[in-house]
Amino acid sequence: MSKAYYEFKPLNVGRWIVWSLFALVLVFAPLVFGSNLSVTMLSQMGIAIIACLSYNILLGQGGMLSFGHAVYTGLGSYMAMHALNAATDGQIPIPVSLVPLVGGVAGLFFAVLFGYVTTKKAGTPFAMITLGMAELVFAMSLMFSEFFGGEAGVSGNRVVGDPFMGISFGPPIQVYYLIAVYTFVCVGLMFAFTRTPLGRILNAVRDNPERVEFIGYNTQKVRYLAFMIAGFFAGVAGGLGALNFEIVTAEVVGAARSGGYLLFTFLGGATFFFGPIIGGILMVLAFVLLSELTKAWLLYLGLVFLFMVMYAPGGIASLIMMNLRVASFGKLREVWVAYLALGVTALVVLLGGGAMVEMIYHLQLDAAMGDSVKYLGMELHSKTAGSWFGAAFVTLTGLGIFELTRRQFMAQWAAIQTDIEKEIKRRETS
Amino acid sequence: MSSATSTADTGRFEQAMSHVHAGGYALELRDLRKRFGKTEIIRGVDLAVRPGERVAIIGPNGAGKSTLFNLISGRFEPSSGEVLLNGTRIDGKKPFEINRLGLSRSFQITNIFPKLSVFENLRCGVLWSLGYKYTLFRFLAGMDDANQRAEELMRMIRLDKKADTLAMNLTYAEQRALEIGITIAGGANVILLDEPTAGMSKSETSRFIDLIREVTVGKTLLTVEHDMGVVFGLADKIAVVVYGEVIAFDEPEAVRANPKVQEAYLGSVLADEQAASVGH
Amino acid sequence: MEFIIISMLNGVSYGLLLFLLSSGLTLIFSMMGVLNFAHASFYMLGAYIGYSIAQLVGFWPGLFVAPLVVGALGALFERLTLRKVHKFGHVPELLVTFGLSYIILELVQLIWGRTAVEFVPPEALRGPAFTLVHHANDTLEMFWGAVGSEVCAGAGVICSPFPATRAFMMLVAVLMLVALWLLLTRTRIGLIIQAALTHPEMVESLGHNVPRVLMLVFGAGTGLAGLAGVIGGSTFVTEPNMAATVGSVIFVVVVVGGMGSLSGAFLASLLIGVIQTFAVGLDYSFIHLVEQLGVQASDAMRENSVLKLTLSQVAPILPYLFLVLILIFRPKGLLGTREG
Repeated sequence: MSKAYYEFKPLNVGRWIVWSLFALVLVFAPLVFGSNLSVTMLSQMGIAIIACLSYNILLGQGGMLSFGHAVYTGLGSYMAMHALNAATDGQIPIPVSLVPLVGGVAGLFFAVLFGYVTTKKAGTPFAMITLGMAELVFAMSLMFSEFFGGEAGVSGNRVVGDPFMGISFGPPIQVYYLIAVYTFVCVGLMFAFTRTPLGRILNAVRDNPERVEFIGYNTQKVRYLAFMIAGFFAGVAGGLGALNFEIVTAEVVGAARSGGYLLFTFLGGATFFFGPIIGGILMVLAFVLLSELTKAWLLYLGLVFLFMVMYAPGGIASLIMMNLRVASFGKLREVWVAYLALGVTALVVLLGGGAMVEMIYHLQLDAAMGDSVKYLGMELHSKTAGSWFGAAFVTLTGLGIFELTRRQFMAQWAAIQTDIEKEIKRRETS
Repeated sequence: MSSATSTADTGRFEQAMSHVHAGGYALELRDLRKRFGKTEIIRGVDLAVRPGERVAIIGPNGAGKSTLFNLISGRFEPSSGEVLLNGTRIDGKKPFEINRLGLSRSFQITNIFPKLSVFENLRCGVLWSLGYKYTLFRFLAGMDDANQRAEELMRMIRLDKKADTLAMNLTYAEQRALEIGITIAGGANVILLDEPTAGMSKSETSRFIDLIREVTVGKTLLTVEHDMGVVFGLADKIAVVVYGEVIAFDEPEAVRANPKVQEAYLGSVLADEQAASVGH
Repeated sequence: MEFIIISMLNGVSYGLLLFLLSSGLTLIFSMMGVLNFAHASFYMLGAYIGYSIAQLVGFWPGLFVAPLVVGALGALFERLTLRKVHKFGHVPELLVTFGLSYIILELVQLIWGRTAVEFVPPEALRGPAFTLVHHANDTLEMFWGAVGSEVCAGAGVICSPFPATRAFMMLVAVLMLVALWLLLTRTRIGLIIQAALTHPEMVESLGHNVPRVLMLVFGAGTGLAGLAGVIGGSTFVTEPNMAATVGSVIFVVVVVGGMGSLSGAFLASLLIGVIQTFAVGLDYSFIHLVEQLGVQASDAMRENSVLKLTLSQVAPILPYLFLVLILIFRPKGLLGTREG
């Protein structure tokens, strides 16, 4: 694997550049993507980035697979919303910009409360416990309607009192910049965490929990502390979400959302710090855009996830880093043709398969509206054999050619990897 | 030297050191027994190791040597009996508690942190003993004492050229060396090494033994070993474990001459050794 | 009285269904170290495939064929996907089954639609297996089958029927598990499986095809889930949500019983099944309890939403509360032996 593991380039200059770029992107993104939809999406991306990074403290850094992270983001949202309403009623003199911190404290509180029992075990039992906890909290959300607001949820208004220096947080763009500030600070803090003793020992616990005991650390305590930290940042994300949507309903603690954090953090890449950032961005893109594009998006998502686990368990981040490594040895040009071929054939398979899936969905759901489906500007007829035959033909041929190109690619890739290994050995001994 | 900096640890450490200076044993086992279900694996072991002694523990396969280590280091709880480290009872304590009192061990199957670099592996090993605990408020890069100690350790185990290599990419012998490095990193004064040279060739073994001798100067050492050459070269004393009991604990020549031992163990081992040396 | 009997029987039948499901899960976990997150999805598949076969040829063929189809699909999945990630460790295996659960859910909705389907039990199983009649003079009498409506309409008479579907559920569950136990302990293939559990290399060097054995075990586990699906789907409801509702409960069962312990899963299934069934039928809240004890509850107490909650409202979270309690007081599980 690449040696840039949890370390950006060794030079401090490189680090300054990266963080400045990050800040610039945050500042200028809404100016580039100016539409209302875009700004909302960017806001959601900021929230998702914090949430997925907090999740990765558990998954990627600690090796703890949690199926119930939404409990902490969700409870953070609820507490933040209650705080916001209390501020609106004049009960608590807390500025709107600090409301997400209330969420963070709530996340921390619940992590302290639930975490002790949850972190008693590790590995698969830990995963099951988080699942049980998540179900517990979700079921309770339907029972305690004062806190959870019942079916309608809890809503609030983020415009409280007079505008301060023109900022009322009413317009979406102002909320975006608030979120952007929190995103930058939280990402920075979470990155700093990876460079502290606790952060490093957490990695050690992930790699070899038994060994950690023999260097003087109480493994369970390490996990518990990490759980608390993850809970805090999760709560902050939840609090920002409460401000952004101005309503919190029971689904924020639901299994679907927890599953989403898992899926997209993993997809982005759990083994690199920036992986969950990619994951968070993808999550918003999928939920907002992809779901509009096709009704089958959950199916595609599941399939992509499955293939990722099988063939690229390090996620997109690892794919990027692997190719960067190949590029740094100057060997990327040898492979880009194969990549192109792979991409084209994969696209063909996708188009053909997608056509069939869309036709099935159409038959299922909209059959009353006639039998033609709009697909990429073409008209498919779900009831005629012709369309089916065409789609199947495209898919199968695409699959065949894809398999051929894939084999070619794997052979080339393997050859490159051996060359690189040889080069590394050479550099070491010289 | 170990440098426990928290007051609780310092107190215990000073107590231990005064015990040792008063002529006490570094490690003592009193009628140690361990039962798994109905089978008694360790059947009343008594052992007393002086500070600075190097003891090799030998015995036929299945005699319970690894179990003994697991009992001492806290992986298992004894069914009865006592284990004393520098005069303090450690039986029934958790492994990390025992480690903080000054005992460290290595494992028969290499037990390192595969996704961390060599340097990081060693740095993790020193963190607790330098008092850093669970802190969030220091950056690793700025912790000079930890970084220097880790570098020192790297030089001692001769892996300083591979500081940034991920542990999983090292060769087997290098990983074993790293294992030893992590074991001694915390400055423990009683070291348990479980078959440190397992799986090594003859030349690797002799180099490794030199390394072990170098890095454990002044410490109390217990090793489980099968290689007789290593045993006779490294150990001040040999403990022979057969069927969960110590049948002899003496200097190497005395053990070699002990008829009980010859009957129970050495004879067959010597035969194995001869067969093995023919094969080389 | 009859409430207790009927509820007990209902609880036991539900518990046995849970055990049918969690036994497959435990089997797969014990043999392969994989916790099959998609286990409840195979349950759902069994129900839907059983439904389709029942539409075509009838319930009874469906009962036999659906589990086989589901088992075959499970074995196929193991061969194509699970085997590839085996070398990465247990977490990726869990993730792969997690992804599968999404895919199965979407495919089911794709093929059968998003609303519930009418999977009705066969003629023979409609109606009660027996009926308990509580006569006006406070005596209890049991009648096989249904009791005429004139009897039940009589003054002071309470009829409590016990559905035949539930009785059938208990029967099939018990038969299946006896068969499983016999298979594992008395047949050659069972002994091979038991050996492969702890010494896979040894078994392989003895000439047995261990990967194939594992594939069979996975297929058998999912087949059991499919069987539970046919029965559960026809007794309760067959809808896309059924995997989610029962899925988390069986994980609780497995953790509470002790991971890898079949007898623990049995105990936990029955316990949870009975407790939950009783709870759903009881409309008592804390306020009721307090008042039964003769204490007058204040108005403030009466309005308190927590104290107002009846047992039946709390019923859904009982398994999870149970989970938390076990984890605090007995983390190994009720009869746990193996550390997950």
